Formats: sequence, structure tokens, C-alpha cells
Amino acid sequence: MHRYIVKRLLLAIPTLVGAAALVFVLMRLIPGDVCVVRLGAGGTHVDPASVAACHRQLGLDNPWIVQFLDFLWSYCTFDFGISMWSGNPVVQEIGTRLPVSLQIAVMATVIAVLLAIPLGTISALKEGTWLDHVVRVVSIAGIATPSFWLGIMSLILVLNVTSLATGTPWLPPIDYVPPWKDFWRNLSIVALPAITVGYRYSAVTMRITRSAMLEVLREDYIRTARAKGLIEKIIINRHALKNALLPVVTLIGIEFAFLIGGLVITEQVFNLNGIGRLLVQAVQNQDNVLAQALVMLVVAIFIFTNLVVDVLYAWLDPRIRFS
Amino acid sequence: MPPLLEVKELHTEFRTGAGLVRAVDGVSYTVEHGETVAVVGESGSGKSVGALSILRLIADPPGRITSGEILFDGRDLLSLSEPEMRKVRGRDIGMVFQEPMTSLNPVLTIGRQITETLEEHQGADRGTAERRALELLEMVGIADPRRRLRQYPHQLSGGMRQRVMIAIALACNPKLIIADEPTTALDVTIQAQILELMKSLTRKLGVAQIIITHNLGVVARYASRVNVMYAGRIVEAGPAEAIYHRPRHPYTMALLRSVPRLDRPRQARLDPVEGQPPDLTRLDGGCAFRPRCRFAVERCGETRPALEATSDAGHLAACFRSAELAAEEVAA
Repeated sequence: MHRYIVKRLLLAIPTLVGAAALVFVLMRLIPGDVCVVRLGAGGTHVDPASVAACHRQLGLDNPWIVQFLDFLWSYCTFDFGISMWSGNPVVQEIGTRLPVSLQIAVMATVIAVLLAIPLGTISALKEGTWLDHVVRVVSIAGIATPSFWLGIMSLILVLNVTSLATGTPWLPPIDYVPPWKDFWRNLSIVALPAITVGYRYSAVTMRITRSAMLEVLREDYIRTARAKGLIEKIIINRHALKNALLPVVTLIGIEFAFLIGGLVITEQVFNLNGIGRLLVQAVQNQDNVLAQALVMLVVAIFIFTNLVVDVLYAWLDPRIRFS
Repeated sequence: MPPLLEVKELHTEFRTGAGLVRAVDGVSYTVEHGETVAVVGESGSGKSVGALSILRLIADPPGRITSGEILFDGRDLLSLSEPEMRKVRGRDIGMVFQEPMTSLNPVLTIGRQITETLEEHQGADRGTAERRALELLEMVGIADPRRRLRQYPHQLSGGMRQRVMIAIALACNPKLIIADEPTTALDVTIQAQILELMKSLTRKLGVAQIIITHNLGVVARYASRVNVMYAGRIVEAGPAEAIYHRPRHPYTMALLRSVPRLDRPRQARLDPVEGQPPDLTRLDGGCAFRPRCRFAVERCGETRPALEATSDAGHLAACFRSAELAAEEVAA
């Protein structure tokens, strides 16, 4: 197992370099110039000499290959650079934004798993009954509803309910506080976005759980378990669920990694300063250094999550563990 | 002593898109204590459904046992509640399935799959159950059982997995084992080993056995009595020796002609059963084998022949011409 993990980590290196090359080239293909944006913020004429000086200062006058190798080498030494836009270290820029995105992603995943696995399982067990239909409608609705719309609706609902109940409309605060500093305030910030995202996420997971479970329940070994006279609870928990969870674990892993960098619209709706919004700003500002760092972070999280998924897979399925 | 198992007029139906399928259509037979009975027939003849019906393992929907009685040890299994039935499954009646590759759970160890039955039915604790599992694996002839207990199904060969299935079936000292095509998925050499093992173990432990098979060779060697099924009904029943040497139903005769035999002069070529098994949604009132039968007469299309005694003792056949066939056999 340890050898396997080391091997996987080594295999991650080419993936990271490839991702680095891709984001590096793409950022430079976008029309525009960080120095022009920075110096000409008011839309006035920009002095070519100061633009050239700015380019020199940021190293943008070097050939691409030099810039790329610089980029790679600095990452090897854990120097992630300074934002071309704000002038702050990238680590600091990301550091203030990552917790809210991470917390929402983790909470959404927890909500999704807690909803999807039991409901998907029940839906499969009661296939064709009203319960199954209700679960499927809820799940289809979750897939069909964009989370930004759901976000806006939930905000309006909160606004109206608090207005009716107390007379003064209330909206969740937007300045992030870590849960260990002020638990309730933190919860009031992240609860709504986590539920909105988590619902959608659970809808997809529920469908996969249901179909995986239905497939497993038709397997011969389930019939064997019945022929042994086991009670239904053991047949489901011990025999069916462990097999049915394999595709579900993969899906959860992919969705979780996606959530870290993919919450742009949700963050916009709830006015939260997360990673997604930061990336959009970095691209708009032509802040190559920050954009590159964010993409590399998301890629690293993807690779790590996939590794965790594969380890979980091996834990769940001995056929993988012993091959 | 009453028979261990008495199946009376069992009907099992499936509602399918194409219509109602009477997979088991009025089947009656008995199994005595310690006896091995074979159920023979083509795919789709209802032999497996009949076996699963005994344990009430037919998925509902689409299947349903619509009528009949299954008297096991004096109790009608069809009238038991589900919890009572669960106590019969795996404890009084063990089951061995056709596909050892897919019948064991891939994510549980061999040991766990044996011990869970013991824990369920005998309330055994982990240690006791594991000791018994070890004993069972030794009994079914698995070398190095201690190591095998910790292994997973994919680490065992097909033959070994089927031995594990037999160990599971025997775990709680059942009175009856139902083996549904236990060797069909195995190599020919392994088939014989598994059948020998089942024969010797059931004999030693005094367990009765129902072997479901399409292989008449199996019947001859391992069963004392045989039921031949066609289109959901028993068309011929009797002692294995009688069925094999003096068949009284054209279908049995055709089946016997379709397999190579060492006890007859070498034929130029095998004579397979002509035609296809019938569509069970479109059976008429006549004999279901009629379209494929060389001996069919007008009467066969009008009424269905009942399973009736022949001139042999304990030998039953459902054919209007069984007496003629017997005479013909003698003449030939």
C-alpha cells in the first residue's frame, strides 16, 4: 500500500507539469496586459515607458520559456510568487480565501453523503413505490435546478421569513469568521451556500447510489445471502452497500475536488470571498502569477482527492487491494 | 416415516411483458430423508424456479408462488411467516448455486461468508464460528484452510469456490441441500470432483439432496430418483436406473439419445432433441412436447397427458403412448 501511494505521488509530477504548461500558455493567450490594466485603471492614456518598466519589474519581458522555467523552479522551492495585481504574496491572497471555499466544499460533501447514501439506498430497496418516486423527484429537481437560482431563492426566503417574523429583514453576514472564533456566526455565513450546493451534489450522488444499489441487489451473491437466511439489514449493510459504494466514492471524490475551484457562481450569489471568485478576478486582471497558483492548487487538490478515492477503493474492494 | 420434503401441486408464475409465464405448473414430488433426487430438464423447463420456490427465493415482482404446498419436516413452508422462513433458509435447507464465480460476495472474506451463517442461526460467537468454519473448509477438502479463511473469493479457483459454497450450505447441519446446477460452470475434471464430494458428504452426514441439472450423466451416477421436467411440469419420474434404461416419455428418450453413452453400441452420430423449447406464454391445452415429438398423435393436441404410473414400480410418465413406447423399446 505504501509503495502504491509513493508511486501515485510520483506519477502526479508529470500531471502537475502538464497543468502548469497549460495554464501558463492560456494565461498568455488571453488578450490584454496586467501592466496596462494596472496603470490605466481610469481609462486614461498609458505611458509606454512605464508599461515597459512594469513589464521589466514583473519579468514579463523575458522570453516565454524563461518565464515558464522560472515558474516551475520557483514552485519547486515552494516560492509561489507575488500577485501581479495587488502586490501581496500569493500565499497570503489564497490563504485568506481558501478557508471559506474549503469549509463550504466539506460541508456540502457531508450534507450530500448524509442525504444521498441513505435516500439512494431506500429508493433502490423500495423500487417503484411512492417513496422511490418522491426520492427520485427530489433528486431530479436537484439536478435540474441551477444552484445559483436556488441560492437566490433561499436568500429571498430568509429575507422574507425574518422580515415577517421579526419585522427587520436579516441576511447572512458576508465577512468570513472561522468556526472556532465564532461558531454561530460562521454557521450563519456558510450554512445556506453549503445547503444549496450540497443539495445539488446529493441529487447526483443519490441517483448513482440508487442505480448502483439496484444493480448490486440483482447480483448472485445477494441471492446467496438470502439463501443463508440472513436478516435484511445484514444483507443490505454487509453484502450490498459495500459493493454499491464503489462508484459512489468515485463520484464524491470528483465532485469534492470540483467544488474547491468551481464555486464561482455560488460565491457570487452569496457574496463570499472564496477561491472561485479570486480566480475569476485574477484572470480578469491578467494576474498570471495568481491565476497560475490557483489553477495549480486546484490541480493538486484533484490529484490528492483522486489518490484518497483510490485508496478508499482498495480498502472497499479486495480485488484491487491484492492485484 | 413421512418424507422429508413433499412438494404438492406447486405453481410459480412470472408476470412478464410478453404475458404470464407458468414457470412451474403443478409440480409434485417427494424427497426422503438422506435421499438424492435429481431434477433434469432444459433451460427454461422450470427446474431452477422450482428449487428457488422451495426456499421462497423467487423475486416478487415479477414472480409469485400462486398455489401448492411445500411440506418440509411436517410444516408447510408456504404458510410460514418471513422470519420463520428465514430460520429454515441456511439452517434446515442449504443451497448451492450454479455460478461459484458470482455467488460469493467479492468484498467479504471466505471466513466471514461462512461464519455469518453460523452467527445468524446458531448464535455462535466469532471464535466458535471461526473454528467451525475451519472444520468445514477441511471437510470440503480445501488445503491450508487457515490461510483460505482470510482470503477473498477472487483468490480462489472456480472449483475451490464451489467447495466453499458447499461448506456454507453444510455449515448449520441442514437436513436438505438444494444444488442448482452445481457443476455447470466448472471444468469437466472439476465437475466430477465436486459431485463426488457432495455425494460422499451428504452420505456421511445423512443429508438429503436435490440436484438440479441438465446433465443426464450426473443423474445416473449421483441420484437415486429422477424427475424430468418439461415446460414447467414433471413429464417423467422414477428411479434413476429405470429412467436411464427404460424411459417412458419421448422427451426423456430424446434427451438420452442426445448424449454420448458408453453402455450402448457406438452410434454414427448423436441425435439432438429437434426444435426449440416452447414459449411458455403460448402453451395450449395439449402436451407441450407435442411439436417436437416423433410419436405425437391427434389426441396429444387435445388434452394434456397426466403423470401416471407405468408398468414399472414407482415409475411415472406423462404420455398417452408410454405403454407403446415401452413395448417398442423391448422390440428394438
